[in-house]
Amino acid sequence: MHELAIATSILNCVQAEAARMPKARITKVGVKIGELAGVDRDALQFGFEVLVKDTEWQALALELEYVPRMQRCSKCTYEFRMTEFDPRCPLCGDASTDCISGEELDIAYLEVEE
Amino acid sequence: MNRIAVEKKVLNENQLLADQLRERYRQHGVLCLNLISAPGSGKTALLERTLERLDKSTRVAVLTGDLQTENDATRLAKFGFPVKQITTGGTCHLDARMIERHLEGWKLEELDLLIVENVGNLVCPASYDLGEDAKIVLLSTTEGEDKPLKYPSIFFKSELMLLTKIDLLPYVPFKAELARENARRIHPGMEIIDVSSITGEGLDRWMEWLRTREAKAKPAAAGA
Repeated sequence: MHELAIATSILNCVQAEAARMPKARITKVGVKIGELAGVDRDALQFGFEVLVKDTEWQALALELEYVPRMQRCSKCTYEFRMTEFDPRCPLCGDASTDCISGEELDIAYLEVEE
Repeated sequence: MNRIAVEKKVLNENQLLADQLRERYRQHGVLCLNLISAPGSGKTALLERTLERLDKSTRVAVLTGDLQTENDATRLAKFGFPVKQITTGGTCHLDARMIERHLEGWKLEELDLLIVENVGNLVCPASYDLGEDAKIVLLSTTEGEDKPLKYPSIFFKSELMLLTKIDLLPYVPFKAELARENARRIHPGMEIIDVSSITGEGLDRWMEWLRTREAKAKPAAAGA
């Protein structure tokens, strides 16, 4: 249960951005959560709501975007979503595929009103 | 309304500190390992057997994390190497700042190996880079073979899996081959070593892995 710590890091990041643009009002923060990030989205959303409640950030919305685990085949370069924990290439059957996304825990964007 | 792209890691602050630590380790040729497992998988027991086997001249130090108590540090200090307990007071993982703070007073140039025993937890420690060279995940034979599938993040990020408590295999329904297969479904090619801290089985292979990694962390003798 480290989602509250992650919610705090997100808010800190928003506050740092807010300090850099004092005239803008940040209304939403978009965060990418990869399948392999080990972060529960419901717990994070809940933690964030609790964190901003009754503060000046109460109106700040958190939008989470789930990023599935994608693999790329090192033999035929085919890219596919890994399902059922099977890393083999569905096209050529090769077992040596590399993970190319799914580890994200990134702030993607801010929505602001000038 | 405007949308501004940010492209920043949520744990940016931790990442920056971890990168600084990694650079410091690299400069001084220190191998840093981050041991992660569920509570009770045998991290401390493995460390006891490891420290016991190390030559007294080995330049090793241990940071051990727990929510409360100094018990693990007391257990590990018996071997005569520097050990510090990190009590997180409730936090479920170690972060780079805790490591940085607890390294104070130790000279990295006097170390070859730094072992960090994380808080017993398979979820949260996976998210926090501590600047380590490698994460090592422990899975014991008293757990479920499907742990890698349930906690894919940490098995994906670990370079080595130690299958611990293999002395119990005759007495528990644990299917070791299935556990290995599950781990490699999450992380194809992951190294796996079977060990028992009670009988000592597999510890030679583990010590060999450690020595190989330690040698790799040292700057090359010529032209470094």
